[in-house]
Amino acid sequence: MSGLPPWLEVVVRAVAVLAAFLVLPLLVGQTEHKVMAHMQGRLGPMYAGGFHGWAQLVADGVKFVQKEDITPAKADRWAFRLAPFVALIPYLMALAVIPLSPTVVGADVDASVVLVLAVIGVGVIGTLMAGWASANKYSLLGAMRAAAQLVSYELPMVLAVASVALAAGSLSLVSIAEAWKPWWLLWQLPGAIVFLVAALAELQRPPFDMPLADSEIVFGAFTEYTGLRFAFFLLAEYAGIVVMSLLFAVLYLGGWSGPFEQWLGWLWTLLKGFLVAVVVIWLRVSWPRMREDQLQRLAWVWLVPIALLQLALTAVGVVMTS
Amino acid sequence: MTTRDIVFVAVGAVTALSALLSVTTKHVVHAALWLLVSLGSLAGAYLVLGQELVGLVQLLVYVGAIVVLVLFALMLTRAPIGPHAEIDTPRWQRVAGAVLGGATTALLASLLLPLFAGATADLDRPSTTTPQIAQAIFGTWVWPFELLSVLLLVALVGAFAVSRIVLQRDGADRHDADHPDHPDHHDSHDDGDRTAATTAVTSEPGTGRVG
Repeated sequence: MSGLPPWLEVVVRAVAVLAAFLVLPLLVGQTEHKVMAHMQGRLGPMYAGGFHGWAQLVADGVKFVQKEDITPAKADRWAFRLAPFVALIPYLMALAVIPLSPTVVGADVDASVVLVLAVIGVGVIGTLMAGWASANKYSLLGAMRAAAQLVSYELPMVLAVASVALAAGSLSLVSIAEAWKPWWLLWQLPGAIVFLVAALAELQRPPFDMPLADSEIVFGAFTEYTGLRFAFFLLAEYAGIVVMSLLFAVLYLGGWSGPFEQWLGWLWTLLKGFLVAVVVIWLRVSWPRMREDQLQRLAWVWLVPIALLQLALTAVGVVMTS
Repeated sequence: MTTRDIVFVAVGAVTALSALLSVTTKHVVHAALWLLVSLGSLAGAYLVLGQELVGLVQLLVYVGAIVVLVLFALMLTRAPIGPHAEIDTPRWQRVAGAVLGGATTALLASLLLPLFAGATADLDRPSTTTPQIAQAIFGTWVWPFELLSVLLLVALVGAFAVSRIVLQRDGADRHDADHPDHPDHHDSHDDGDRTAATTAVTSEPGTGRVG
């Protein structure tokens, strides 16, 4: 895109990232409908629109748009209305810097992996704002559970990513994926598992959906939300799956490396990311929800030590091979 | 005036304004949210000045962790929605705070402004500063850095030890309380605080989603 004037290039890139941000989460949502329907024998998602229930997602969207936008009388009006966007926008920023191939990237930033981790950490503030501003005890409980969970799982995630960055000797996602070699699959395996578990917890997806646990606290921080604002929170969740899956593909699966990577690199990254997203959905279908103390125990007793061991292992490997 | 100057002035103004709002607002949680805006836009100021890593670490540490902890701690209290007379400060305290804050600002400004008045940053030739920062921290300043990490570790172990002592004392008290009408003055921190926080902000139920 070097032929374009700078301002036009910026506009084209922004529009492309926005398009990806609007399309990919819906794709994951549709996949979740279908995968869950098949795995659990659900009939509902297979009905709308005739063939294989293709219109289920459209019907969902129409339903959300039609609903009334309610702000509870005792809520903190501004914080309540702003919260869905605070939850959503960090993922948009993260998606902008995740490369699909060395050339297909929204914005090629130097320390892109730090940027992704930093903005993902900001997303939790949307949940906190929603929970506090709703003036509802279930919302508040959900927000506090979310905050406790995200603070605990951020540490193992950062450590796991630090290990990959150390192995590649770079903080740029493009350089990390380019430094990747197939034997890293084994070398970085503990870190990859820690990353996947911590990512699931950051997304608050089952089995880590204690902050939303609908049988205990209605729907956590999102209890009072309706219509489009609620849909934005859902969109943030699916955008989160997209970001985490692509990040996993770039960090641990080599991103665009594969046959014909000169031309089809971006497709490989998307395919690998899609596979990870299916695993994320699969885990939701097959695991029961964890209790709050089990959640914290898993983070501090298992994930942090494993991530530290991985960091040491990586350091030894780097010193030996250099 | 270049575009960068304008952006820097805008980001700086947002930082200063939200910092002021964060200390003047009467809503406790709004103060934390304005602090968030202030720290976030400070990260933006670092980015405009070309210090990418510093800006990102600012975002990661202050916005992503510290303010989240502040908000979390606030929610464990009776942080009410709207202004609250009980937790308001008296007028003399506000005046004293303003004078102290103004004096600190003047002192820092008189010290730092002459020191960095002539400092310039070349932003037109983009250079990666991350390796330089890494070399400075892990080369020149490695001993202070390691000492700091030891200090943090000691604080961490100390916090664990203190919580252990409290837990053990709690356990001992429970053990002594054989007869049922023994007053339970050590209600578990979690439950006690949470119920306090949640009863403070109850609202009418039934406004949730349907379907």
